[in-house]
Amino acid sequence: MTKEILENAVSVKGVYKNYGEVEALRDMSLDFPKGQLTSLLGPSGCGKTTLLKIIAGLLPATQGEVIVNGKVVTKPGPDRAFVFQDFALMPWANVIRNVAFGLELRGVGKVEREEIASKYIGNVGLKGFEHSFPHELSGGMRQRVGLARALSVDSPVLLMDEPFSAVDEQTRRKFQEDLLNLVKNENKTFIFVTHSIEEAVYVSDQIALLLPRPSRVSEIIKPSGFRHKDVDSIRKDSEYLDTVESIWKSLRTYVE
Amino acid sequence: MYLFGYKLPGMSSLLIWGLLWEIAGQMEVSFFLPALSAIFSTLLEIYHTKVFLRALYETGYSFCAGVFFAVVIGVPTGILMGKNRFLDELLLPWVNVFMSAPLTALVPILMVLFGFGLKSIIITTTLFAIWIIILNSRAGVMQINRSLVDMANSFGASPLDALIKIYFWAALPEILGGLRIGFIRAVKGVIIAQLLISIVGFGALFELYSSRFLMTHFWAVILVLFALAFTLSELLGLLARKVDYYASKRSQ
Repeated sequence: MTKEILENAVSVKGVYKNYGEVEALRDMSLDFPKGQLTSLLGPSGCGKTTLLKIIAGLLPATQGEVIVNGKVVTKPGPDRAFVFQDFALMPWANVIRNVAFGLELRGVGKVEREEIASKYIGNVGLKGFEHSFPHELSGGMRQRVGLARALSVDSPVLLMDEPFSAVDEQTRRKFQEDLLNLVKNENKTFIFVTHSIEEAVYVSDQIALLLPRPSRVSEIIKPSGFRHKDVDSIRKDSEYLDTVESIWKSLRTYVE
Repeated sequence: MYLFGYKLPGMSSLLIWGLLWEIAGQMEVSFFLPALSAIFSTLLEIYHTKVFLRALYETGYSFCAGVFFAVVIGVPTGILMGKNRFLDELLLPWVNVFMSAPLTALVPILMVLFGFGLKSIIITTTLFAIWIIILNSRAGVMQINRSLVDMANSFGASPLDALIKIYFWAALPEILGGLRIGFIRAVKGVIIAQLLISIVGFGALFELYSSRFLMTHFWAVILVLFALAFTLSELLGLLARKVDYYASKRSQ
């Protein structure tokens, strides 16, 4: 029992979410192993973003509990950091202030937090843009700022809500490769919401396939055969292609 | 402004109307409309007199005090109304009532409540300015990008942090727009108060000059007032344009 808790960075147990009469999530239970990337994949309306926001503590669950590193959580905390689909950058603040904002809210002094922020701005490849404003950056660069902000608070769990859906296809592929390296190098647990099958299979250690009406986990897929391969060969791997195909078969009945 | 395809320098329209005014004044169309040049020479005569300077001081003081209260009460109230549904439903009817109410008619009541002095003048000025400031701050907060709020919450922002670091800045373009209109309404408010409550400041000058049919003096004071209001509004406009760049791109 103890071992199980330690191995799972995040556990969701029997979570329900109702909006009035509407049942958004019904009896959702899911484990997120430590140090791995788990995708929540499903068609729109399957409640994947709702589940992510409940884990983040941004939405209250109607029933059930979320356990992060052995503790039940109901509110946002320093153990989780969020990357937003629309980046959620403050347009009035430059890159370094945006990146350091999480630390600023935690009361870290200006010199120290800007030092940490600079490091992560360099890590995501934005060195030299510290004093640019969000409106001067491209969509991809903005999301790098959002990622640097989430990394700089050094939370063990990273929650990503369709982080690459608002950037162009080429940038998206680059991001996916970078994400694989990030999972490999940072000892963090990633929970990743996406509606792209290819993206989920490409980046995930574990895929939770969510189906709507009522929202439930229909299947958990653990692609393993190609995980050790380098980023270029994955897309040609036969297990990769088969997994994409089989997920599409499960999902296609839900697409109108 | 363009004329026959030529771009005219800024404020050309003012020059054109000034010229028409001068012509009408020289033709002595009406006793109430003296020539613009005569008004300016009167202005040069009176602007350094003790009476004028004291009036300027009295009006300026009441204006600044009135506007100060309108801003420090109006902006936070508007932000809180935009943020908190309960507070909004509680206060919005009153804000709308006062927004469209003929405030001049309320001045006698203020005189009964607060006396015939400076206090009533300042409160009147505040009442003229504050409602549009509240409404605009509220509107600015209501269109805030939800994920900015989520972002602040996810990084553990306290309610006060969120208010000062997110809501205020997100609403700033609208707040400045509200201040601009509010300040101009406050100019109206302070003069009406100085005419109705106690005859001091520019109100007293208007009273004095119009009762003695000193029309050039009368217009000179109006011009000064206009120039002050115009300068103030332009300064705020300048400030508003500085934050405009993110008003249209707030979602990023």
